Amino acid sequence: MKARVTVTLKNGVLDPQGKAIQGALKSLGFAGVDDVRQGKLIELELSGHDRVQAEADLKDMCEKLLANTVIENYRIELI
Amino acid sequence: MKSAVLVFPGINRERDLARAFHEVSGVAPHMVWHTETELPDVDVVAIPGGFSYGDYLRCGAIAARSPIIEAVRRHADRGGYVLGICNGFQIVTEIGLLPGALMRNASLKFVCKEVRLRVDNASTAFTSAYAPGQVIRCPIAHGEGNYFADAETLARLEGEGRVAFRYCDEAGETTDAANPNGSIHSIAGILNERGNVLGMMPHPENLIEALQGGIDGRGLFESLARVA
Repeated sequence: MKARVTVTLKNGVLDPQGKAIQGALKSLGFAGVDDVRQGKLIELELSGHDRVQAEADLKDMCEKLLANTVIENYRIELI
Repeated sequence: MKSAVLVFPGINRERDLARAFHEVSGVAPHMVWHTETELPDVDVVAIPGGFSYGDYLRCGAIAARSPIIEAVRRHADRGGYVLGICNGFQIVTEIGLLPGALMRNASLKFVCKEVRLRVDNASTAFTSAYAPGQVIRCPIAHGEGNYFADAETLARLEGEGRVAFRYCDEAGETTDAANPNGSIHSIAGILNERGNVLGMMPHPENLIEALQGGIDGRGLFESLARVA
């Protein structure tokens, strides 16, 4: 079973990398990009087949390591 | 003062920090490898700067889950002193011993230079050798030292006098120009509620003897030697 965890900065947390990307897009001539936020994508290969258990485990992994919940949100997807 | 310096893969300031403790206390610190699960009998545990685990995932995130960390937590819970410098500050926030987080510098650049710090609280175990409001020189070297905390946490830190050091200019003013990384409220170092854990981005251990160009950082270690 594959899982995908997306980690993004919380609203209100300044994202200087996103701002730099936005600036670069603008300088390339892409108009109308109002905001850019950069995040992380983590793909996991899980050995179990119990989706409910997997979701609970992934939530635990996010809270304990994959995200810093002081500044980041996370989203879990099982694929 | 009995001290221990923690060593993780990718850390590179452990010798500087050990030398500062040795110089000031006359006793060489224990160097403790991250896979240990117990600390020697010490008063101070110091976590040095560097790039533990190559800053993978987030700065300090992997080091903060090392076997030795539970012992550090117990040491802090007992009231033992913990000093986290640079990567050590990032690790201490990742452990949760200090609130907030260190983010990418607002400039997106690694900053390696000397700055001025204002001692905002000189009544702590880490700062008593300084005068209140004293402006000191201190080197910095980091890419992710942009301190962030939510409004509620920030209000508590300020209200409880837990901001130990702030970036400032030569006159002691906290201006945007004197803030090297975009830290909120120009925060360079903070304390926990109990006052036994200090985290700071600048490197006082690199300004403790004339050979290094000054001794402004020495006061921090002398302060600790007074209480430990």
